[in-house]
Amino acid sequence: MRSDDAETRRRFAALALPHADGAYNLALRLARSPETAEDIVQDAYVKALSGFDTYRGGDPRAWIFTIVRNRFYDWARERKLKATAPLSDGAEDDFDYWDPDQETPEDALARKDEAARVRDLVDRLPPRLREVIVLKEMEDLSYRQIAEITGAPIGTVMSRLSRARALLAETWKADREAVR
Amino acid sequence: MTACPDKAMLLEALLDGELDAIHAAEMEAHVAGCAGCRAALDDLTAMRLMLQTPGVREPAPERLKVRIAAGIAPSAAAANDDRPVSALRRRAPMAAFGGVVGLAACFALALIITPMLSSGALEDELVAGHVRSLQASHLIDVATSDQHVVKPWFDGKLDFAPPVIDLAQQGFPIVGGRLDYVDHRAVAAVVYKRGRHLINLFIWPEAKPAPAGRHTRDGYTLLDWSQGGMTYWAVSDVNPNDLTLFESLHQAHAPR
Repeated sequence: MRSDDAETRRRFAALALPHADGAYNLALRLARSPETAEDIVQDAYVKALSGFDTYRGGDPRAWIFTIVRNRFYDWARERKLKATAPLSDGAEDDFDYWDPDQETPEDALARKDEAARVRDLVDRLPPRLREVIVLKEMEDLSYRQIAEITGAPIGTVMSRLSRARALLAETWKADREAVR
Repeated sequence: MTACPDKAMLLEALLDGELDAIHAAEMEAHVAGCAGCRAALDDLTAMRLMLQTPGVREPAPERLKVRIAAGIAPSAAAANDDRPVSALRRRAPMAAFGGVVGLAACFALALIITPMLSSGALEDELVAGHVRSLQASHLIDVATSDQHVVKPWFDGKLDFAPPVIDLAQQGFPIVGGRLDYVDHRAVAAVVYKRGRHLINLFIWPEAKPAPAGRHTRDGYTLLDWSQGGMTYWAVSDVNPNDLTLFESLHQAHAPR
């Protein structure tokens, strides 16, 4: 019993741990806060481990990413509920994660940094478009994998990706013109 | 943004390598003859390069990886079952815990995993954290020269009971002990002293007999052996002969 459990945990570690970077990148771009992203990823791994006996093969990365993504939307939902309550807990509620145009002061400061500027462009996309860009362009997943993770048909993935790219191209252009 | 609106999505599928051979060939032929689509494809490629600017994709912090590994480690079973509390709600204490274990784990992994494993993204990164972790003095979680303090300290933290052997009279006093994470599992590390040098003795139960031997990495000597169902790795910058002596003494006193 005990050794079975240990063996399961070792198998899970070998399967899931290599995807921690990708999981974190996805969580970070979705939540746009390093602390929250860390918590989301950690929660996701706890959840993945507890549901490991229901995992029947398949792409482990897509499996982990799906759980990370779901955890993010759970968190966002909880937070939204909390934000409308009279006693919200301050600082983090200041930005509305649904607002594609939001820009935190830190982001503004970091804009001189090229990588931060690119992240900022991505972060200004609405979440449903942002996630397909992250999964395709940063994690290099296939349409099929993205469809599995987002629970959308492949056609929807393609049209979202197309819209995301168009929007990103627009903001990128505007950004470059603003810099000049 | 495309000259041929009906080809926009096909163009992206081509870029994404999602077209079968026939459609890909068709699209490539079209792009070759259509300046508008060629420009659109160039734009898409430029954007891809922009998104792949180094530093845009941020790797998971090491403390997070260690927190995750600690949650998976067999010894964490009890803790997880007792408190399935969201990390989002217990972040403060976990962060502190992660910090301490993280530094220790980096240290151990850097020394141990390097010779044992050839590849692995996690291992690579933990090894990269090696230098930083060495500079912090988080070598020891429980600092005591008393084996009777170190041994019970491990109880409840590991799913095995590591032998803690007192070799003070032989010139290897115990400095302390700590938990570590090696090869995805929690292990015991007992720290001994020899003169001004420290010896880390990593212990975990291992059925398969690892090839015992001596290794050197970056000026450190590593000795490994198996005894009484346990695998031992001794790591130190002490004189290799002293480490061999340590191994013999430990083998003579540890349970078989």
